[in-house]
Amino acid sequence: MGDPDLNPAEYDFIAARRRVEAKPKSAAEKLTSLEEAVGRVKDGDHLSVGGCLFSRTPLALVREVLRQRRRALTLSRNLTCTEGELLMAAGAVSRVVTAWMSIGLPWGVSKILRHYVETGAVALEEWSHLALGLRFRAGAMGVPFLPALTMLGSDLVGVGGLKTIQDPYTGETLAAVPALFPDVALIHVHRADVFGNCQIDGYPHMDADIARAATTVLVTTEEIVPEEETRRYPDRTVIPGLAVDALVHVPFGSFPHECYGLYEADYDHFAEYTAAIDARGPGAVGDYLERYVYGPPAWTDYLDLFGSERLALQAKRARELTR
Amino acid sequence: MNTERFNAAELLAVIAARQLRDDTAVFAGVGVPLLAAALAKRRHAPRLTMVIEGGIIGPQIAPGRLPVSTNEMRAAHRATMLPGITDAFLFAQRGFVDVGFMGGAQIDQYGNINTSVLGPDYWHPKVRLPGTGGANDIASLCREVIIVTPHEKRRFVERVDFVTSPAWLRGDGTRRAAGLLFGGVSRVVTTLGILGFEPDSKRMRIEATHPGVTADVIRQNTGFALLEAAQIETTEPPSDDELEMLRSLDPERRFLG
Repeated sequence: MGDPDLNPAEYDFIAARRRVEAKPKSAAEKLTSLEEAVGRVKDGDHLSVGGCLFSRTPLALVREVLRQRRRALTLSRNLTCTEGELLMAAGAVSRVVTAWMSIGLPWGVSKILRHYVETGAVALEEWSHLALGLRFRAGAMGVPFLPALTMLGSDLVGVGGLKTIQDPYTGETLAAVPALFPDVALIHVHRADVFGNCQIDGYPHMDADIARAATTVLVTTEEIVPEEETRRYPDRTVIPGLAVDALVHVPFGSFPHECYGLYEADYDHFAEYTAAIDARGPGAVGDYLERYVYGPPAWTDYLDLFGSERLALQAKRARELTR
Repeated sequence: MNTERFNAAELLAVIAARQLRDDTAVFAGVGVPLLAAALAKRRHAPRLTMVIEGGIIGPQIAPGRLPVSTNEMRAAHRATMLPGITDAFLFAQRGFVDVGFMGGAQIDQYGNINTSVLGPDYWHPKVRLPGTGGANDIASLCREVIIVTPHEKRRFVERVDFVTSPAWLRGDGTRRAAGLLFGGVSRVVTTLGILGFEPDSKRMRIEATHPGVTADVIRQNTGFALLEAAQIETTEPPSDDELEMLRSLDPERRFLG
């Protein structure tokens, strides 16, 4: 518990390259079910989750990981929200690599974060937001580290084992931010064709880098578009089909988190969720898991718990903000 | 000071807004810092550009639809560019961001901030806080950092439990020696006054007090010995005009309390 040393498997760029070389880079159809897609996740895997905080979180994929009762996972995500709380409370993760965790300012410091980290059940390895972005980017580039001017001098250096290097040109001290090559990337996008060519609207977050850094890439999409649509706007494709292992069509696949332009986050749901934790303690998340994760068999059954009016309201709010 | 006219959050936002100059770029987090930047842009700095952590440049925040996170549509409303999170910070690393606004749970006499853990052992914390987010990056990469925080003795501690965001580290040349070549905290705007740093030692000092506040009151609410600038100024209280404009940005009073 709490080993501050880097796991060499996370930054071993040679082994990571061999893994990608060894896998099929197929232009075949990738459409499948959530169950089949997530069946690729093994106990002990390192999962990197796309989006950021409550934006474009691949919640349908996370829910399926929970339903398949995976254990001893490492979660990495730049800013971690309710999905991290669910993974902690379900006993699915033993380590979280992140820059920040809570839901957002109005809901205060996460009591679930506090409970699981303060009791030592989960190790939280903290990197700065840019450093974590550069870890994914170094992974995407296939190099062992990237130089940067951030995180230097702070106590974060000792947490994740960041090393420094001397610039061979100027002699200055630089942070050598290590690559992060996750086993599996979980990504939610706005649209994809059946071959897994993925397009994202609005802020791109770190998804494209995460997809290139990972060995296995699982994607959910709000919409399946004809191949002709991809070919008409290829400049909008940010993850190529050849890098995608499985694709699932899941409208409202981030809800109650947001998806840019399509639906806003459901703040009321966050308030209900945190109110239950305030009232009954961390055990309230167990009830939440029963009701929202283990109970409803399909994602559409899960969405029925929110009701179509609530979905329509958040869709309207998103259109107002982005048109 | 006439405390009927405005509350602590309004005072902080107005005084923080005044620190921003026109023709600059500011990295602003959600809450009071974002309100302060939006107020500055509407009032005296129309050519100010906001950069937001979620990978957002130049948003026009919609009054009444204030973001609660730096990574949501409300923070990106009518933005001019959405470069992504990593690249937004790389703009700061390149030198394009003049000012970073920051808050903090704990702050020490050299301006270092802790938002990670309370207690001596990171891996077994007494209290686990949310973490750095982009605060460490803003503190490392912007040309200048301004801390905006309520002035409470429990926040202003001699030594933070954990340096999440580096300011002047242990003073003198320690920031430079760590490889932090640029920036650093210039000012700390609080509910009692404005603090700065003695140029050589980089220890915190009182530079201005808000009307009705004395240097002694600031000392009593600070957990370490403060230096004093040669001349201590008195700030102008928020004007009716500033308050009206600020309140129009947050009609729900989500952040103004």
